[in-house]
Amino acid sequence: MLKTESITLNLGPQHPSTHGVFRIKVELDGEAVRDLEPVMGYLHRGIEKISEDRTYVQVVPLTDRLDYICAMTNNQAYAMAVEKMAGIKVPERAEYIRVIMAEFTRIINHLLAVGFLWNELGAYFTPLLYCYRERERILDLFEKTCGSRLTCNYIRPGGVSLDLPEGFIPEAKKLTSHLKTFTDELNTMLTKNEIFISRTVDVGILPADLAINSSITGPMLRASGVPYDIRKVDNYSIYDRFDFDVPTCDHGDVWDRYYQHILEIYQSIRILEQALDTIPDGKVMGRRASRSLRRPPKDEAYGRIESPKGELGFYVVGDGSKNPYRLRIRPPSMINLSALKEMCEGQKIQDLIVILGSVNIVLGEVDR
Amino acid sequence: MPKVTNDEILAKLKEKYPDAVVDVPELIDFTVAVKSEALFDVGVFLRDECGLDYIADLTAVDRPERFEVVYHLYSIIDETTAPFVLKVYLEDKENPVLASVTPLWQGANFQECEVYDLMGIHFEGHPDLKRILLWEGFPGHPLRKDFEDRTFSFKELEPTRPTDPDKV
Repeated sequence: MLKTESITLNLGPQHPSTHGVFRIKVELDGEAVRDLEPVMGYLHRGIEKISEDRTYVQVVPLTDRLDYICAMTNNQAYAMAVEKMAGIKVPERAEYIRVIMAEFTRIINHLLAVGFLWNELGAYFTPLLYCYRERERILDLFEKTCGSRLTCNYIRPGGVSLDLPEGFIPEAKKLTSHLKTFTDELNTMLTKNEIFISRTVDVGILPADLAINSSITGPMLRASGVPYDIRKVDNYSIYDRFDFDVPTCDHGDVWDRYYQHILEIYQSIRILEQALDTIPDGKVMGRRASRSLRRPPKDEAYGRIESPKGELGFYVVGDGSKNPYRLRIRPPSMINLSALKEMCEGQKIQDLIVILGSVNIVLGEVDR
Repeated sequence: MPKVTNDEILAKLKEKYPDAVVDVPELIDFTVAVKSEALFDVGVFLRDECGLDYIADLTAVDRPERFEVVYHLYSIIDETTAPFVLKVYLEDKENPVLASVTPLWQGANFQECEVYDLMGIHFEGHPDLKRILLWEGFPGHPLRKDFEDRTFSFKELEPTRPTDPDKV
């Protein structure tokens, strides 16, 4: 006798499209997704607990290991939270260097987001490898500056660890104009592709009110039509000195989330051009920074930045000793998964992979 | 649209729930501590009438005398810059229980699971409270200060597997 019943499928944890060790329990009705449950924790290393035994500066290398694609912005978010708590001032040149590094990191992240999304759609590695090529050029600059490519450990509480090397500014300017050409090329080749449009338009729609209620931030929120960018809202660091826009899309489907990344690369390039032109000379590390971190106040502060994936926040609780009493990391990747179920319900199983790709998670940050 | 400042929110809150506010500590961020029984009502009030539509961060701190559950609230519509920090003190360290705010802000879902997992605080009314980063059966809650700091044997840390029905 014929009968229908739903199938429970485990997608992952070892699956190329889950970007790491991430599992989704999917309940399928034929090909359609009826219910799903994300399962995480395979990469949990207890960074919040380890931080309690380390001094404030020793925590910086741990933050590199959160979102290992965007080490610079992780460093910056942590440094800013600690500076807010301990009342440390940052020299102006260091602020400029931070902005330059953060925007380069944003370009890396957005290029990879686009590349991996195409990979998941079956464009087997071709767009991704071109994106990787450009990423290598940026990583070369990072390596010249701080000696390492992925785990930078460069932005510290009080400033940055080293000044820029000789010849950095002209090289970075050249790279910026090259990246603009490359993004134009990427945009021309990919955006209006017919197969791409038929696979992504009206897939995985995230309405704006659900996005806000689920605490979704970053490109995902803006792709749903909410012009919320912490760089503009908080005006942290020196972002109020640069002229840039907050682009938005309006449907919140996968195509919008893809295009949002392309639009934001252009804005990052605009910021980079202005920052590289106006960077002043001077010190790169606050004079009293290490002294105030030896005896920080008994206080607590929440510092947040617009990391490439969304709001990255650090909640630092100090008890007057040289170690943080409690350090909480607010990971954008993990919280952006809160609405995955609503986005995927009723979609086909192959679209689930694409929707997950458009959320753009990094498991080092989801599990910490 | 004029932005509502945190001071105004506090004044409105004191007017609406005179007994709920227990403490306004002097910290860098604007902080208000409320009674644990009043948390859900205060949450409804803050979301619907003060425009705090976005829960950025939910976490807990283990103090020697109590647990503190900390909520960092912002408004996306009003674009507030300073967080409204809501705190709840849980004096009962043996059996900490608190109302869940997931029905109000869906973004609190995973974060409450995480606090339950790592700090061992129960959230009543949560749709699916489970250990999210560690596995069921892990000994203790690691972020508590009294968590045993020692090397665990492999057998202790082995995830619980369903028993093989053929061997029973």
